Amino acid sequence: MNANQDISSSKIRSLDYLEQLESEAIHIFREVAGQFERPSLLFSGGKDSITLVHLALKAFRPGKFPFPLVHIDTGHNFKEALDFRDELVEQIGEKLIVRKVADTIKKKHLTEPKGKFASRNALQTYTLLDTIEEFNFDCCIGGARRDEEKARAKERIFSIRDEFGQWNPKLQRPELWNIYNGKINKGENVRVFPISNWTELDVWNYIRKEKIQLPSIYFSHEREVIEHEGQLIAVSEFIQIESTDKVTKKKVRYRTVGDMTCTAAVESTAATLEEVVTEIIATKTSERGETRIDDKVSEAAMEDRKKNGYF
Amino acid sequence: MDILRFITAGSVDDGKSTLIGRLLYDSKSIMIDQLEAIEKQTKNKEEGEIDLALLTDGLRAEREQGITIDVAYKYFTTPKRKFIIADAPGHIQYTRNMITGASNANLAIILIDARNGVIEQTRRHSIIASLLGIKHIVVAINKMDLVNYSQNIYNNIVIDYAEVAKTLELQNVTYIPISALNGDNIVEKSKNLLWYEGECLLSFLESVEVQSDIDLHHARFPVQYVIRPQTDDLHDYRGYAGKIISGIYKKGDSIIIQPTGIETIISKIEIGGVEVAEAFAPQSVVLHLEDDIDISRGDLIVKKDEQLQVSQEFEVLLCWMDTKPLQIGSKYFLQHNSKNVRSVIKNIEYKLDVNTLTKEFNFEKIGLNDVIKATIKTASPLAFDSYKCLQANGGAILIDETSLVTVGACMIQ
Ligand SMILES: Nc1nc2c(ncn2[C@@H]2O[C@H](COP(=O)(O)OP(=O)(O)OP(=O)(O)O)[C@@H](O)[C@H]2O)c(=O)[nH]1
Ligand SMILES: [Mg+2]
Repeated sequence: MNANQDISSSKIRSLDYLEQLESEAIHIFREVAGQFERPSLLFSGGKDSITLVHLALKAFRPGKFPFPLVHIDTGHNFKEALDFRDELVEQIGEKLIVRKVADTIKKKHLTEPKGKFASRNALQTYTLLDTIEEFNFDCCIGGARRDEEKARAKERIFSIRDEFGQWNPKLQRPELWNIYNGKINKGENVRVFPISNWTELDVWNYIRKEKIQLPSIYFSHEREVIEHEGQLIAVSEFIQIESTDKVTKKKVRYRTVGDMTCTAAVESTAATLEEVVTEIIATKTSERGETRIDDKVSEAAMEDRKKNGYF
Repeated sequence: MDILRFITAGSVDDGKSTLIGRLLYDSKSIMIDQLEAIEKQTKNKEEGEIDLALLTDGLRAEREQGITIDVAYKYFTTPKRKFIIADAPGHIQYTRNMITGASNANLAIILIDARNGVIEQTRRHSIIASLLGIKHIVVAINKMDLVNYSQNIYNNIVIDYAEVAKTLELQNVTYIPISALNGDNIVEKSKNLLWYEGECLLSFLESVEVQSDIDLHHARFPVQYVIRPQTDDLHDYRGYAGKIISGIYKKGDSIIIQPTGIETIISKIEIGGVEVAEAFAPQSVVLHLEDDIDISRGDLIVKKDEQLQVSQEFEVLLCWMDTKPLQIGSKYFLQHNSKNVRSVIKNIEYKLDVNTLTKEFNFEKIGLNDVIKATIKTASPLAFDSYKCLQANGGAILIDETSLVTVGACMIQ
């Protein structure tokens, strides 16, 4: 058959933006499978890593994933997210490795952070680097997106980390076309970000389109919260409630799911994906700005953490 | 809705980052908290003004020095399109980062400072845009506010650049006078530039046609990974996973595996586990073949009766991206889609003089950012197309054998 004739037929052969992003992500997953000996997928339990799992299913089924899921567990999780994690792993039948920050703190005599919202977020890096060493991972896939934060906006899709897990933003490898150079020397590892080019809204639209299941805390529910500098923090055993704090019950949902100590809730009645997407479209604040307490510390907070080996 | 990927290019301080900040700001794509953050950081400006370049200059060193070092990716959406922007550095030292951003762009906006006109770095970035085959070029003549919005100055720059465009055989060049700082001709037509009859930048970006950038005529499928579950119920399942980089594949198509030359037929096509009758670029799929043959990562599945080159020696245009000079006779890994082979640079025909755009046949060494024409020999045969004819199958990178860093970008001739 003549190819040209075929093309001039009325059939439209083009992908919309979500299909393009999906195909790009699947391609990246398969590059990981083709290039690395011991890759892993960092699974936090949030919507971005759940989206990654969905994309990995598309990339590798009916085969098994060529990597385990790895959860660096701060011990400050939402119970709903942990339950969801275990159900998901059970349902897809893939391997899950959990390493606990609490164990690293004990083993390495690290100092527990103090304060009202004492967050183990920064300590995760130690556990992550230990876990990479323990399993000799040469690659860690992560769900970071470039629209999240301005240091992330600078990172390559294949991001090389040195022996100490450090990112060197001033000396990144060129990355051309869809050709990814995953070659590394011993001790180094590569962080790979398949959904680099997705925005928060793209992820939500994709979740809606693909009917991906999420932990219940992404939808409106009633919760006891305190208000802190304009943000709503869930009451939990992990934060210190003072006598001046006013505990109220509010209808909230989460826009991101991190630790209970550093993730803020959004007041909302959105109970379905449809309603959540509508709210995200209308929002005037960024995902991190609205929901993360930890990034307000300094202008270069993320850049510094990444330089130290953070995700 | 589709995606337009574009890059901003041009010399240091021509206003690339400011332009992107302006596009995001005027299209209301910046969130309140992000705006507050850059308001706080803005220095040396009058009350109420903000430094729009801070939106993309995300590294500490960039903010301290007021320059862009590496590409920043930014995203925005209008009712017509999703845009992926790569804000490139203008500084010559960081040209390789500009190349990184430019390699995936459908369109390049080349900024020119109206006060300076076409300068060396304008030409350098234009050469790269031309080498990489970027299909659409917008020449944004910026800082018109500093030249009294003079039509004369604009016209002269257009004449100068048209010369560059002609030499480099750039296609689809559009000129727009703008002020990134003041927002003239960015999302709305400017009252200060009434003599300009064309569209404003955003309307142009929203309407430029890019779907035809994808080649649907030549079918190329590099195998990335072989899926073999080897479970009891899927004992005979053997799927070749990869992304169709160009063309269309259908069930029943006769195909040839390159470089081995073995022929067979497509027995099944799957997308995300669902069987389909046909698939096209740039879909990620799994192909099944009628015969059990030895195929692995790096092989290329091509439709029968299609012409492509299979060879161990070929000519390339090469951008050198390492601070260590290139050595004739040195060995490098060459990565071409999913295939990785050892290679050696056998011969250098000429080096391109960036200023005069002429070929130099006598040169001392090949260093960072040099563009050359060279002959490469590979350890095993490569199945490729010329970059000019089929970009998706004509680009390759060179990797240093010891540092393992990406040191060269090759456009196969
Ligand atoms: N008057 C005027 N100044 C401008 C305009 N556009 C940019 N500038 C100024 O030019 C300077 C450099 O702007 P940037 O946007 O940082 O330049 P750049 O091209 O991104 O520079 P590099 O990324 O380092 O190559 C800043 O001080 C801007 O405010 C304009 O249209 N008019
Ligand atoms: Mg800049």
